[in-house]
Amino acid sequence: MKKLLWLGLALVVFAGVTLVGCNDTSSDDKFKVGVIYIGEPGDAGWTYAHDNGLKAAVEAIGEDKVELVIQQNVKEDQSSTQAMEALINQGAKAIFATSFGYMDYIEELAAKYPDVYFFHCSGYKTGENLSTYFGKIEQARYLTGIVAGNQTETNEIGYVAAMPIPEVVRGINGFTLGVRSVNPNATVKVIWTNTWYDPQVEKDAANALLKDGADVIAQHQDTAGPQIAAQDAGKWAIGYNSDMSLFAPGATLTSAIWNWEVYYEPAIRSAMDGTFATSSYFDGLDSGVVGIAPLNMELIKDAAAVKATVDEMSAKIHDGYNIFTGPIKDNTGKVVIPAGEEATVDEMLSMMYLVEGVIGTIPN
Amino acid sequence: MSGLNIFQDLLVSAVAMGTPILFAALGEIITEKSGVQNLGIEGMMYIGAITAFLTGLALTAAGLPVLIAMILVVLLSAIAGAMIASLHAYVCLSLRANQIVSGLALAILGTGLSYYIGTVFITDPTAIISEKFTRFSFADGVTIPFVGEILRGFLNQDLLVYFSYVAVIVVWFFIYKTQKGLNLRAIGENPGAADAVGVNVKLSRYIYVMIGGAFAGIGGASLIISAASVGQWGQGMIAGRGWIAIALVIFARWNPKLVIWGAYLFGIAMALESRAQIYGWFDNIFILKMIPYIVTILVLLITFIFSKQKDIGEPESLAKPYDREER
Repeated sequence: MKKLLWLGLALVVFAGVTLVGCNDTSSDDKFKVGVIYIGEPGDAGWTYAHDNGLKAAVEAIGEDKVELVIQQNVKEDQSSTQAMEALINQGAKAIFATSFGYMDYIEELAAKYPDVYFFHCSGYKTGENLSTYFGKIEQARYLTGIVAGNQTETNEIGYVAAMPIPEVVRGINGFTLGVRSVNPNATVKVIWTNTWYDPQVEKDAANALLKDGADVIAQHQDTAGPQIAAQDAGKWAIGYNSDMSLFAPGATLTSAIWNWEVYYEPAIRSAMDGTFATSSYFDGLDSGVVGIAPLNMELIKDAAAVKATVDEMSAKIHDGYNIFTGPIKDNTGKVVIPAGEEATVDEMLSMMYLVEGVIGTIPN
Repeated sequence: MSGLNIFQDLLVSAVAMGTPILFAALGEIITEKSGVQNLGIEGMMYIGAITAFLTGLALTAAGLPVLIAMILVVLLSAIAGAMIASLHAYVCLSLRANQIVSGLALAILGTGLSYYIGTVFITDPTAIISEKFTRFSFADGVTIPFVGEILRGFLNQDLLVYFSYVAVIVVWFFIYKTQKGLNLRAIGENPGAADAVGVNVKLSRYIYVMIGGAFAGIGGASLIISAASVGQWGQGMIAGRGWIAIALVIFARWNPKLVIWGAYLFGIAMALESRAQIYGWFDNIFILKMIPYIVTILVLLITFIFSKQKDIGEPESLAKPYDREER
């Protein structure tokens, strides 16, 4: 009897472990696209945006022609190799990996499986059958900065930031440049949480900023915690990843969002028909891979005028204006981009200074 | 903001952030006092959190008044926590397996199970519980400097936090001032003796393990529905609070009166993370993140070195299976 119970318990545990990892089975005639996610689509943040993009791409190409095989919660270590190999064994001919830390593992696999096309988000290693892709979300953040800079009454904007890495730093800088383009007196106060996902901590950080006098809260996190804090306090917020007015309709002015389908649809097609060519995709507003959620015209002050400014700037960036065009000083007063020069792609990808107008430091 | 206002804000936030850990640690004290170690708090908190999220969504959608819905959510999360804890009780008490191993397994199982339930039952990733417990204040009229701020720190909270104050007092009273509490301590110190005077050791331990699970479930629920929370479910949201709770039990020497200070010490450290950066006290987040753990180690060291009483309060028979036949 005892043995039976143990066996039963073991089975339950085993089922629990395996069921969490797997998705539905698939038929054979469709082109299979393997995907590994760092989180789960239910995070309503980073992975949610990728998931929406992939689903939209599959719908556009035709669900009878292509299907997704997804592994969620794949850690950025050796286990990612196993996850990707499992997808390849299931018949995936293209692999999309949506986090930076998979880079070395995907490089090995690309050499090992020359017939499979690999696409790595936010990395910098490419190969015969390995492309990278990312987007200039800082351009979208610049536009949201215009909205925030116009809205603030205290001239203090709070920014709840996750980790001190170039991707986040670039976003803070882009946002601040946008804020200062319409309101040179406004400052952006940055708090690092050193978490991607701890809703209580991130909400508390926003609360502290609001108490300090901030009246607009922006963020680079995977939760809506900062938005909710702003709404609870009757203040305003700028969202990230997806349209966060779904979570905090009473506070969200607009959001900087990803439209990954813009990249995913042609990328999947290129893998399907063999026209794949190695590339390092790094587009912005011009292709629409990043954008902003509709402005909340009821909450925004002088909404029509703000919208006109945002549209004008959006068109300018669309036509090739680089938001990191000098003269730009960092927040210690040092000139980082001289007048008349622009930041190169490499400079953007390794950006580790905060521009003038940001209150805060980059910890190391 | 003036210094006193910052102090009050810090305290309000510290108490709110310490409460989930306080609930979990309080439950673990009851469990461990009965001689059973349960390292699965993290998993039980996850179960409490997912239960709170799903029932909270359902009950508020059903149109129940918010306060009643939230109280029901707390009850259901407690039940869910107790149920998952009963698994540990069965494995450790009926099968007499190793409690450490079973506890670790429970932590992993609870986490995985909650993730699984989440992926199956949450169809809308943007779902959020927008109406939760709200703060109400008792000490607005106190104008004495410092005293007023401290009072408002503790008395500008939601119902769940007030319940935690009551729970600490009740648990302390139960353990040290009642006959049942004496029995509880007896089965943790010397189950043989307790058995000899007619206490049902196995049944009592079952009950106390489940009560511990219920508290952990409430702790997890408070990360969803307290005023300081977001009302959103997400994988990874407990973020190690269950393990901190285990450390707190040792820190508090298995005493409910002390655990409250330990929980708020952690709360203060967490609240300091953002405020130290805002007010320019200290700006390295990596070191700020270490403060709670450094403080725990320091306090433990200091109390161990300077305490005259060498008994740290650990129940004699902690983590030892009891078998009447083997005495």
